[in-house]
Amino acid sequence: MNDDQLLRYSRQIMLPTVGVEGQERLLRARVLVVGLGGLGSPVAIYLAAAGIGTLVVADFDTVDLSNLQRQILHTSARIGMPKVDSARQTLQAINPQVRIEGFKGSIDANTLPALLAGVDAVVDGCDNFTTRFAVNEACFRVGVPLISGAAIRTEGQVAVFSGMPGGPCYQCLYPRDGSLDETCAATGVLAPVVGIVGSIQATETLKLLTGAGDPLFGRLLLLDAMTIECRTVRVTADPDCPVCGVRPSAAQSGRADS
Amino acid sequence: MIKILYFARLREQLGTAGEELPAAAELTTVGDLMALLRGRGGIWSELLAEGETILAALNQEMARPETPIKDGDEVAFFPPVTGG
Repeated sequence: MNDDQLLRYSRQIMLPTVGVEGQERLLRARVLVVGLGGLGSPVAIYLAAAGIGTLVVADFDTVDLSNLQRQILHTSARIGMPKVDSARQTLQAINPQVRIEGFKGSIDANTLPALLAGVDAVVDGCDNFTTRFAVNEACFRVGVPLISGAAIRTEGQVAVFSGMPGGPCYQCLYPRDGSLDETCAATGVLAPVVGIVGSIQATETLKLLTGAGDPLFGRLLLLDAMTIECRTVRVTADPDCPVCGVRPSAAQSGRADS
Repeated sequence: MIKILYFARLREQLGTAGEELPAAAELTTVGDLMALLRGRGGIWSELLAEGETILAALNQEMARPETPIKDGDEVAFFPPVTGG
C-alpha cells in the first residue's frame, strides 16, 4: 500500500481484526454484486469505499424515478441510464482506486459461470426468487461464499452460505419454487430498511474477506424494523436439497428453469 | 406450554407478537400447530393457508411442517422475503 492508501483506509486498518494484512486482502479481492437496486446500492458503496480491489456489478435494468427513494447509487440526472453505468460513476467518484467491471444483462445459469470466475464472494441483492436460486446454485457449484439479503415493507433477512460441501445453501432455506415474488415495486419498502440489510451484507462480506469474527454461515437473520428486533435462526442442510443435498436421487432432480 | 412467536408482516397482520398454547396430544408437529391456528378462521386461515409460504423455526432452528414439537418448545413463524 502507498501512503495515500494507508491514509484512506487508516480507520479500518487500525482495527485489530483488519490491520494492514486484512486491508491488503480486501485490495486483492474480487466481489460480484448481483443487483444494483436498494440492497446493491449500500453494498457496492461500502465495498468500494472499504477498498475491495475489483467489484463486478451486475444489473440488467435502467434507472427509474421510482428507484431514487432508496437506491442511493443513482441520481435524478441519471434516469434512463443503465444502472451499471450509474453505479460505476458513483463508485469511481467515491474511490477511483477500485476496479469496476460492469455486466448489463440477464443473470442466469448461462451468464453466471463467467461472472463468477475468480470471484472471492458474491453478494445477492436482487429482487426475485428465480435469480436467487440461479445465483445460489452457481455459487455452490464453484464453492464461492454467498451473502444473501432481502428486504420488503419494513422487514429484512440476511443469510450467508459458505459454498462448502454439505451445505446448507439458499435452497435449503427456501425449498419451494419462486411462486411468491413480492417486489418492492408491488409491495413497497421503507428506504432505510434496504440500507440496514445492505449494510449487514457489506459487513459480512468484509468479515469473510478478512477472516474477522464469526460469519453468519448457515444462519438466517430476521429484522423487523417496526420493533427494531432481530432474531437469528439456524438453517440446516436439507439432505434432499437439489443443489447441496447428499442424497443422489435428490441431486438429479434439479430445478427445471435454473 | 408451547410458545409461539409471530414476526414482521405476520406480527402486524395478526395483531400479536406471540402467545402461549397448552401442549396437547394432538399437537405433535409444526404442521399440526399451523392447522390449529388456521382453525381460528379469518386472517389466521388466510395467512397460514396451506400452499402459503410461511416459514417456521423451532427453538431457533428452521423447521418444516413435519418437524415434531413438544411441551416447552418455542415456534416462530415468519414470512419469506425476496425484495431488493
